[in-house]
Amino acid sequence: MVSKPHGGKLVNRVVTGRRREYLLKEAKELRKVSVSESLAADVSNIAHGVYSPLEGFMVYNDYYHVLYDMRLANDIPWTIPIVLDVSREEISGLKEGDDIAIVFKNTMLAIMEIEDIYKWDKKEFCKKVFKTVDVRHPGVAKTMRRKELLIGGSIYLLNDVPEPFERYRLWPIETRVLFEAKRWRTIAGFQTRNVPHRGHEYVQKAALTFVDGLFVNPLVGWKKPRDYKDEVIVRAYEALIENYYPKDSVVFSVLRMEMRYAGPREAILHAIVRKNFGCTHFIVGRDHAGVGNFYGPYEAWDIFNEFPDLGIIPMFIREAFYCMKCGGFVNEKICPHEEEYRVKVSGTKLRKMILSKEKPPEYMMRPEVVEVILNFENPFVE
Amino acid sequence: MGFKIMGEEKVTVHISKELYEKAKKYVEESEGEFKSVDEFVEFVLKEVLSEEVEEKVFTKEEEEKIKERLRALGYI
Repeated sequence: MVSKPHGGKLVNRVVTGRRREYLLKEAKELRKVSVSESLAADVSNIAHGVYSPLEGFMVYNDYYHVLYDMRLANDIPWTIPIVLDVSREEISGLKEGDDIAIVFKNTMLAIMEIEDIYKWDKKEFCKKVFKTVDVRHPGVAKTMRRKELLIGGSIYLLNDVPEPFERYRLWPIETRVLFEAKRWRTIAGFQTRNVPHRGHEYVQKAALTFVDGLFVNPLVGWKKPRDYKDEVIVRAYEALIENYYPKDSVVFSVLRMEMRYAGPREAILHAIVRKNFGCTHFIVGRDHAGVGNFYGPYEAWDIFNEFPDLGIIPMFIREAFYCMKCGGFVNEKICPHEEEYRVKVSGTKLRKMILSKEKPPEYMMRPEVVEVILNFENPFVE
Repeated sequence: MGFKIMGEEKVTVHISKELYEKAKKYVEESEGEFKSVDEFVEFVLKEVLSEEVEEKVFTKEEEEKIKERLRALGYI
């Protein structure tokens, strides 16, 4: 049966009906705080239970415990603070107990009750979350640009942030209904920020061998330059699943959430989020949520030992490569042959080929996926 | 056949002797955590059933509305 929501209850902070109409009127009189697309996504995710048990942005107590203990103040596992940064000017005159309206572009997103206003040490945050303060790390660079204060408190969602891939947006309550309708008792969640190559396909199918269904859930939203654009990822997966996966074995849905590149800590956050969607298992491959050489290739596996109470089972699957002697895709655990027979699928090599409009070979990427990607003038985030 | 202990209705359930002996050994070694095999068995069953009987996060009405959307999107 599908996993229980993290913390035991699926959070629902979505306001509807007459109460929504009333609060929309109220919100017009409140101080407005404008947020980025990433934070707008966090607002929607909190409200729809993606970040259960969070009911709003973190207050200091939770922020502190998450940073230093990787748990909320009530001891529930949580590894990356979900915070709302503001400038002094934005909240001047406001105090704990006041309400604000959170706005994204021209959309009134939510009302938030300010329960806490506090300073944060951004370098300390980076040291703990990213294990580095090197500004060449994209997560560090982004954090250092954030504002000086944090405000914490519960939110009431009035409007969702618009979703370009609405057709593929499912909330946890919806995936839970879907998995039940499909009679899936075990579901493996797969996180990605890339187009699928043969190595990804191998890892997903290895997991699918042991569970009822696969939940392919790419992250869409803020990513670093040279990562693939969201639309490219979505179209590439459409092509792969249509042509190479058994019918009804996969649920494909996008998750709007910024990529943090926090390696191990983010692997746990990603697992928790998929647990909230109902997954019973979570695929953890090589260098999960990593970037450059900031983390070891399997560093994101070790951190799961610290959370025996996580509530979702990690499936550690080693990197796949093509072995000419084995005659197929394998991994180092099951292939006894020497390096000379092994052909690795390199993301860097793939990127170079795609940039120069060269078709990657079939052992690296399915031709239908290649065709989709090469149809884009520029498939990479600039 | 039901009977009452301390006001709560109880029923008799049959288990294999082998299982009973294992449970009895567990209770004896539990250092007072369980006073009897009855108490231990009831505890274990409660734990298992609380995992199986999940509190639904959606009402029947919500479920139908969601299924409508899922059908429209081609998921069902």
